[in-house]
Amino acid sequence: MATTEQFPTELQAHETKDTPAVAIEDVCKSFGTQAVLSGISFAVSRGETLAVLGRSGSGKSVLLRLIIGLQTSDSGAVRIHGEDIAGLSLDQLNVIRKKMGFLFQHAALYDSLTVEQNVAFPLLHHRKEMSDSEQGERVKQLLAEVGMEGHLDKMPSELSGGMQKRVGLARALALEPGILLLDEPTAGLDPISSAEIDDLVLKLQAEHQMASIVVTHDLHSAKTIADRLILLNQGNVTAEGTFQELQSSNDEFVREFLKHS
Amino acid sequence: MSDRKLLAVGGLSPLFSGQPLSLSSPERTASKWVSTEFLEWFGELGFFFWRVVRAGVTPPFEFRELFRQLDEIGSKSLPLVALAGAAIGVVLSLESVQSMTRFGAKSLLPAALVYSVVHEIGPITTALVVSGRVGAGIGAELASMKVTEQIDAIEASAVNPYRLLAATRILACTLMLPLLTLAADACGLVMGWVALASTEPLSFHQFITSGFKGADFNDFLPPTFKTAVFGLIIGLVACFQGMRTRGGAEGVGRAATSSVVLSSLFVILADVVLVKFIIIFFP
Repeated sequence: MATTEQFPTELQAHETKDTPAVAIEDVCKSFGTQAVLSGISFAVSRGETLAVLGRSGSGKSVLLRLIIGLQTSDSGAVRIHGEDIAGLSLDQLNVIRKKMGFLFQHAALYDSLTVEQNVAFPLLHHRKEMSDSEQGERVKQLLAEVGMEGHLDKMPSELSGGMQKRVGLARALALEPGILLLDEPTAGLDPISSAEIDDLVLKLQAEHQMASIVVTHDLHSAKTIADRLILLNQGNVTAEGTFQELQSSNDEFVREFLKHS
Repeated sequence: MSDRKLLAVGGLSPLFSGQPLSLSSPERTASKWVSTEFLEWFGELGFFFWRVVRAGVTPPFEFRELFRQLDEIGSKSLPLVALAGAAIGVVLSLESVQSMTRFGAKSLLPAALVYSVVHEIGPITTALVVSGRVGAGIGAELASMKVTEQIDAIEASAVNPYRLLAATRILACTLMLPLLTLAADACGLVMGWVALASTEPLSFHQFITSGFKGADFNDFLPPTFKTAVFGLIIGLVACFQGMRTRGGAEGVGRAATSSVVLSSLFVILADVVLVKFIIIFFP
């Protein structure tokens, strides 16, 4: 188990090289009578970035929450490195969660902790073998990666939205995840900050070769950072492919969505 | 229960449900509260407590957060609790001088003061003060974390929020209430003596000797340790109300209010049961 936690991108005993990092198989999710996801399926391979597009309320964020296990699907399977997370105990699920990094829409930084303590949080709980100085070095290295090395002692409330996203990204990368989930990474940011976040995600992607799923409304951002896109509509995957393939789609909703984005 | 009483308890409905006040008819609100929301709330509270206990007794233990909460709940409540205890001691002493002199029982004044402060006034005052300060604080803090997805972020980081946030706060409340009660008792007695000594000459030694004459540990330990139950109630209700919050700033405000109201209410109800229990088992 210790080996698995230290080297999360290594293959598990039950998976092969072709096993996708994340596989969503016929997943349904409803809230009361409202069906949000109606049997969607897709897969994301190691090193690939998938952008999930769709209208507000189309279940994009719910999809990420299902993948990290914050919510459970009504039916279907969510497989992480080939393992279905449904029915896992909390301890088993937490082993899987350590292999994933999650950037929340509003960064969700712990507002009573400094930037340094926020990034150190996962290390403090899951890298107990590291000394305080090693953890401190790792935090500095992570903050340097996202261009926030000079803001260690600041509180989240002292940071702009873009800076909070960067710190959130550093925290998501703390445990060297094999899978990165980004919920609206550029939402609410000015065009320059959005472009900086896009560049940062591309740089991190090139360095760490993670499987990434990016939920976004920002078509420009999706075009920049994603290898492949899927478009959700009424709980289903309406279109899937590269940006160019979506552009040449004859589907009315796809054309409408791209026209207004 | 009469209709009027039903309507009165119906007014608590939003506190339990965590939802905004309903504009439906009062009769419907009251009956709905009795039949479903009240039972539902208790069921969820029981399930929440079970999850917290299960998380709290299994490693890894969150000692760092526990010590932080002991400081936050214990040390930082001390001045307020001591002040409340001192004020109650003075008031009780001044009021008792009048009444006991009238009934010719002035010599019993120190004993009456000691018994009333240690048995009931100290514990319940401490619990209500802590409920107001700590209950509101925990409720608002956790509710704010909930609505800003910080609790989700903790869970996504593979850390159990029931262990990190709830178990540590509930345990800190449970451990700190008896200690704070001792402080409130001590301040109440000292200031009670000061108030008494200002009306007639009485040394502190005489006051203590007379006040504690014939008393044994059964007179003091159960009333002090019953406050651990009060601490458990305050911590549990505040954490529960905070972590089940929904709906932005309004939800945070509602969680803070309901934490204080419900924990104070349950502390008073628990006191009734515990006093009877103590009278039976520690006569």
